Amino acid sequence: MGETLGLLAGGLAQAFEPINFTMIIIGCVLGLLVGAMPGLGSVNGVAILLPITFLVPPTAAIIFLAAIYYGAMYGGAISSITLGIPGASTAVATVFDGRPLAQAGKADKALTAAAMASFIGGTISVVLFTLFAPPLAEFALKFGPAEEFALMVLAFATFIGLGGDDIPKTIFSILIGLVLATIGLDIISGQPRLIFFDVSGFLHGINFLVLAIGIYGIGEMLWTLEQTKGEVTVHNVKLSMKEIIKDIKDVKEYIGTTTLGSVLGYFVGTLPAAGATPASLMSYGLAKTFSKQPETFGKGNVSGVAAPEAANNAASTGSMLPMITLGIPGSPTTAILLGGMIIWGLRPGPLLFTEHPEFVWGLIGSLYVANLATLIINLMFIPVFVKILTLPFTILAPTIYILCVVGGYAPTQTMHDVWLMFLFGVVGYLLRKLNYPVAPAVLAIVLGPLAERSLRQSLLSSQGDPMIFLERPISLICILIAVALVLVPVFQKMKRKRKAEQSGQES
Amino acid sequence: MTVRTAEFVMAIVLSLCSIALMIKSAELNIGWIEGRGPGSGAWPFWLATGMLICCLWTLLRWFRRVTPESRNTNLYMSHQTMVIVGTSAGAILFLLAATHWIGLYASLVFFLLFYLKYVGRHTWVLTIALTIGIPVFIFCLFEWALKIPLPKAITEPLFYPIYDLMYS
Repeated sequence: MGETLGLLAGGLAQAFEPINFTMIIIGCVLGLLVGAMPGLGSVNGVAILLPITFLVPPTAAIIFLAAIYYGAMYGGAISSITLGIPGASTAVATVFDGRPLAQAGKADKALTAAAMASFIGGTISVVLFTLFAPPLAEFALKFGPAEEFALMVLAFATFIGLGGDDIPKTIFSILIGLVLATIGLDIISGQPRLIFFDVSGFLHGINFLVLAIGIYGIGEMLWTLEQTKGEVTVHNVKLSMKEIIKDIKDVKEYIGTTTLGSVLGYFVGTLPAAGATPASLMSYGLAKTFSKQPETFGKGNVSGVAAPEAANNAASTGSMLPMITLGIPGSPTTAILLGGMIIWGLRPGPLLFTEHPEFVWGLIGSLYVANLATLIINLMFIPVFVKILTLPFTILAPTIYILCVVGGYAPTQTMHDVWLMFLFGVVGYLLRKLNYPVAPAVLAIVLGPLAERSLRQSLLSSQGDPMIFLERPISLICILIAVALVLVPVFQKMKRKRKAEQSGQES
Repeated sequence: MTVRTAEFVMAIVLSLCSIALMIKSAELNIGWIEGRGPGSGAWPFWLATGMLICCLWTLLRWFRRVTPESRNTNLYMSHQTMVIVGTSAGAILFLLAATHWIGLYASLVFFLLFYLKYVGRHTWVLTIALTIGIPVFIFCLFEWALKIPLPKAITEPLFYPIYDLMYS
């Protein structure tokens, strides 16, 4: 424990270094803005802005992106409350009570509650992260290729079992992401693979950013344009220092549900398919269940704003735990962060703690600082953010498209990748309209090379015997949990069928 | 086209893509190579096979009307959606195609002019300010700060004086 505190102190000191602290502030402000924009969330912000992080050293870069992630989680509430449109899916539950509060002229109360709850959620989750990360990383050092592959199977299984989407479409999404990752030179033999029509651009493979920016930049904007038709109505917010202090004092009204939501959010966030959206919805449900006035939920109960906001912030930190310790991202945003780390020459996973402690503890330290910085910036600039939300879509959309095009060009500097990005954006949009989930594909393209390497190494060491995955205890446990997760929807379906039959017989 | 038809067409197209991927992967060794493990094509081949199975599964669910989309007879793309999304996609398509010919910066000017003035109907002052401001910002960020040259095609010579200033 003493050692952890010492390392944490070092991390905090690192977070206050001028370059890192500047990155935290810029990241928080950009994150708040991105999060507040309807249709844009942390994943879009991180995907679109990752190429510009090549400007700074890796630690500052990850701090910048983590701050965007954090800020976006706070920012999502701003549009949920003032526009009635969730900034991202993670802030959907915030609309339920945030919008009625705004309509009743209490937008300031809702926004302050969202900021305070986000701060509490963020703080609790960062403390949990600090406590759990080192032992988990130490445990993960025992992992060989078989365990690594089994863990990735488990990560993909969570999408099938907990994602709640159409099962064959989810599996298709995972598989296409993995196939896209195989394009280029074979990681073991070096042979060119899947070079369509002999186009040389495929030789360097498909950078995960091309898919991520395509789907979360271009595809998302097309989706948002369709959903909102480019029209939104803003509820004006007037906030004075006196009102903010009064609203902060009201924290005692929702501190209980916020704490519960934070712990729940953290653990749900660590699961790859679950993440911030289900965490916030579950937290909202729990707050309603334990409330003395459940009937006021949905009509403007401040706990209904605080609970999901605490959970989605806690989940964002939670999703970083498997990314840093195991090399398995807990959310699409952390999948992009993981891809970024690989570009910067770092291999996420347990060895990161021993090989690059300054990087890991710098990141953890920055999470504490980013949490506080975002709270202060958020409370101070709420009216400014609300003003920016009135920016017409006809200015926002072309700006995002341009950032996508240059962001897609920057990593490999070929127009081939920009065309691919455009193609992925349009196809991703068309698939999304047919209920194909796109997040598993992004996770899969990041994990693809690691999954293939660990599978082939395992099979090589066992002379092609797939039983290796069931003979090693940790791998066996992962595979068993994965199988159980895949079976969850099957059992749920059987249960529903039996219930329907029973009710049919009774009537 | 209705959502129901779109789901069917999409599943067929994706099935064909999966088969194409299987054939392409099978150009390499998809079996076991003694001492080297699975061949280069094995992993993508089996993944593509899985994709094909998923597509056939979706088609089966479509025939049995299990998925919500297979029961949805609304239009897949309404006229309004076609106009909004088509305008954006068309404008990006132009931006990319024109980049090969007149370079990114010149294409950006036309792209922004079209989007801000024709689609957004903003004032000339705002349109011109953003049409100049955004490419300048992109230039400063990428070419000057990140040292990543963006494509300029035939407009390259116009940038020589700026390069002289930057690197002198």
